[in-house]
Amino acid sequence: MSTAAQLALDRGAPPWLFSSVLLATAPHCLHQPVWLSVFSGLLLVWAIWLWWRDERLPGRWPLIGLVVIACGGILLEFRTLFGRDAGVGLLVILAAMKLLETRSRRDAMVIVILDYFLLLTHYFYSQGIPTGVWLLLSIWLVTAALIRVSGGAVCQPAPTLRHAGTLLAQAIPFMIVLYLLFPRISGPLWGLPQDAHGGRTGLSDTMSPGSIAELVQSGAIAFRVRFDEAPPPRQKLYWRGPVMEEFDGRNWRPHAASVPVGRVEAVGNPLRYESTLEPHHQRWLLALDAPVLLPPESELNGQLTALSRQRVDQRRRFAMESVLDYRYNKDELATILSRNLVLPPGINPRARALADSWRHSDANPQSIIDQALRLFAGQEFSYTLRPPLLGENGLDQFIFESRRGFCEHYAAAFVFLMRAAGVPARVVGGYQGGEINPLDGYLVVRQSDAHAWAEVWLAGRGWVRVDPTSVVAPARLEAGIADALPQGEPLPALIQIRADWLRTLRHRWEAVNNAWNQHILGYDPQRQRELLSHLGLPDADWRRLAFVLAAVCALLLAGVTAWTLYQRPRTDPANRLWQRALHHLRRRQVDCAPWETPLALLARVESTHPAWAPAFRRVVDAYLGARYGEQQHQLDVLRQAVKQLP
Amino acid sequence: MLARLKQQLFRWRSDGTAPFRLGQRRVFILPTRAGLLFALALLVMLLGAINYNLALGHALVFLLAGLGLAGMVHTFRNLHGLEICPGRCEPVFVGENARFPLLLRNDRSTPRPALMLAADPTLTTTAAVNAENSTKTAVLLTAHRRGWLVLPRIRLSTEFPLGLFHAWSYLQPEMRCLIYPKPAMTPLPPATASDLNGQQHGDGGQEDFAGFRDRQPADSPRHVAWKASARDGGHRPLLIKQFAGGASNELRLRWQDTDAHADPEQRLSQLTGWVMAADAAGNAYALGLPDRDLPLGSGPAHRQRCLEALALTST
Repeated sequence: MSTAAQLALDRGAPPWLFSSVLLATAPHCLHQPVWLSVFSGLLLVWAIWLWWRDERLPGRWPLIGLVVIACGGILLEFRTLFGRDAGVGLLVILAAMKLLETRSRRDAMVIVILDYFLLLTHYFYSQGIPTGVWLLLSIWLVTAALIRVSGGAVCQPAPTLRHAGTLLAQAIPFMIVLYLLFPRISGPLWGLPQDAHGGRTGLSDTMSPGSIAELVQSGAIAFRVRFDEAPPPRQKLYWRGPVMEEFDGRNWRPHAASVPVGRVEAVGNPLRYESTLEPHHQRWLLALDAPVLLPPESELNGQLTALSRQRVDQRRRFAMESVLDYRYNKDELATILSRNLVLPPGINPRARALADSWRHSDANPQSIIDQALRLFAGQEFSYTLRPPLLGENGLDQFIFESRRGFCEHYAAAFVFLMRAAGVPARVVGGYQGGEINPLDGYLVVRQSDAHAWAEVWLAGRGWVRVDPTSVVAPARLEAGIADALPQGEPLPALIQIRADWLRTLRHRWEAVNNAWNQHILGYDPQRQRELLSHLGLPDADWRRLAFVLAAVCALLLAGVTAWTLYQRPRTDPANRLWQRALHHLRRRQVDCAPWETPLALLARVESTHPAWAPAFRRVVDAYLGARYGEQQHQLDVLRQAVKQLP
Repeated sequence: MLARLKQQLFRWRSDGTAPFRLGQRRVFILPTRAGLLFALALLVMLLGAINYNLALGHALVFLLAGLGLAGMVHTFRNLHGLEICPGRCEPVFVGENARFPLLLRNDRSTPRPALMLAADPTLTTTAAVNAENSTKTAVLLTAHRRGWLVLPRIRLSTEFPLGLFHAWSYLQPEMRCLIYPKPAMTPLPPATASDLNGQQHGDGGQEDFAGFRDRQPADSPRHVAWKASARDGGHRPLLIKQFAGGASNELRLRWQDTDAHADPEQRLSQLTGWVMAADAAGNAYALGLPDRDLPLGSGPAHRQRCLEALALTST
């Protein structure tokens, strides 16, 4: 049956395959190991060389050898053959290697299908607009290659590309309908491999000197927020992440034991907003301090951190409510308070002595806090991303010697001093601030907005936020990191942009990206339900959905079929009118023989049907005039004459 | 049973000798093996897209699915509306491939590449018709027996443009091809004196005008009598002027002279070989078959008559 598949490829076909494989694999060079790119590149060059010289393709054994080498390399590199990156690497190499044994059309078909498959793998790494555009181009070329392979040597490049374009244009309505109506399942269906989600940037659940300063150097977007009303002032935007209560002298960690959820007493009105989180592979939702209403599938923990049930491994949207002024846990459990007073024994003696002296002069916690803030504000403390390295008694060194640090240094030093002075205190990680994109009104929070602050427990007031950074570098809260740091700090260029037009350009690009994320990538089961209820199909189950989908697709298919099959041939209008006149004759049992000229037909009509021969004579005259004459408006005359046929 | 089912399903019937057009009811379509592989790949890709929650992965899979559907329509279109005009077959010898010429006419504004025609799956002809154009092609069939070879059902198929679907149609134009016996190379029998049929001497020569006869495909266009042919409206085949005179040696190729021990087909082959050899040598020859005799003659027309008699004789 498929004799066409066994046909040998003609000489013009391989270049199409080379370029389709190149297009389908090239973007992987950006993230796969260099040796892999070089290896598959060499295979491709070899295949092109053999084609160019018209030489025999290598036999089976050299190819098997190459496969073994490639698999060995991938095993060494990734320690597996089946992970995401290893699998992609293997596919890239196999696609290049298949070119070396492509003799028949069947082989070429396998390459094209492999190309289509490879296109999917790019989305593991990026689903941005450039990837989308690149892949659309790739699909076009791969499809053209497929047409060239099955059409054979008669297919010229330009018509082949045009045909591929037509096919794609006809496929797009199907894509839109399926995209909107295909029953969406939120994955994963089964366990993902270890490396399913690469590239982790974002807050971690431990804090050590320098950890936030390192994170701040990324301009990547952490999340975007849309407020239902006017956004609150920037210095009030504290996005709460992990709360760290354990200190080992250098690192701060959350306490392992879970505690019951406390009570938030709202003071102001709740603020509604929707947050779109980029994947950070942790559970926290980075809610605005303090969350009062959480999205489904999430919970609040005992430290007032909003947590999702599952790790945020994909970009996700959450609708939440928060209050900016609140009281939390006025009646805190004694165990938690004592936990927040623990310090590792023996370290930082000078800081302990300082805290002791504060406590002895005035035991009121508020005055101790003021003392500490005065210490950071008054003396020669500076705010920098490049603090000197600290030794064993790091906080002593920081407070009394170097006095240069970033927010984690200040938060850690503050909490240490508080605990030493007998005030329960802990470190809170998260983000502070954000920037409104004037084009779409979204507040954009970047990794460079990462922050750490302190929280102290005061009797009668509960946990109170104290941000020592606010006294060291007030600009950090009011204007953002770029204004708070001195010149020459290693900040990403993106954040330092001061030229207005560049800033506008960046805003525009980010707004477009956000629209893409929100409306195209963010089309999830929930959005689908909303759309369906708009369409009058509320709570449609998959069976009804499948029925609707099948009906719409059948309609589309009928449309495409009608469009492609019944394109009228481009006939000359005069000829079309003439055919209409002949149709009139046929109804009167006068058939025009294929060889009969209009004049011959006229002569026949005059002898057989003299009654309406004059009307037909006018048609013939007008037709000959329109077809061969030079007068204008003959077509109109012809049209009139045809109309007047009895 | 299966044959009847197929008969019903594919509407097998004769298409006659007139040109005919492929309507949608006689074009059939099924996915190819590559199409099934493509569908499988799409399924795996869809599972991957769901598992990794790739929005654009969904879009890609759906675009490719749409591409497959559109490709199906285009494959169907590649056959739909094609006009097929049966042509005339040239006789061939046993063992050669008989060519059944067809004119494919395309009145659509898009070309129709990669059409495959086959009466015998091992002898596929590929054809392509440009937009609003026509092309000549031929179905090949190996001739195994002398006599009339009737063209069996032809399968016209295509996988263009994507190769994912195979569209086909069964054609049954009424065409037949005359198959001459296979010429066997044996020495000619000795020439004999021409004492009989003297008045027929030299039929088919080139000197004296002796009348008209219908043109056979083997005749040179130089001998066509254009004026005479045009006389009655062009409805008859072209006419050839016949001349007398100009023959040399005379041969009698008789059934009785062939190897009596060989089987009849072998003996016909021997006669055919003799006819070819005598014709090549430019001799006049007469042919004696068990059921008929052909008088002495020479030239391409005579040879053709002799070969036809050899092809159709019943022994």
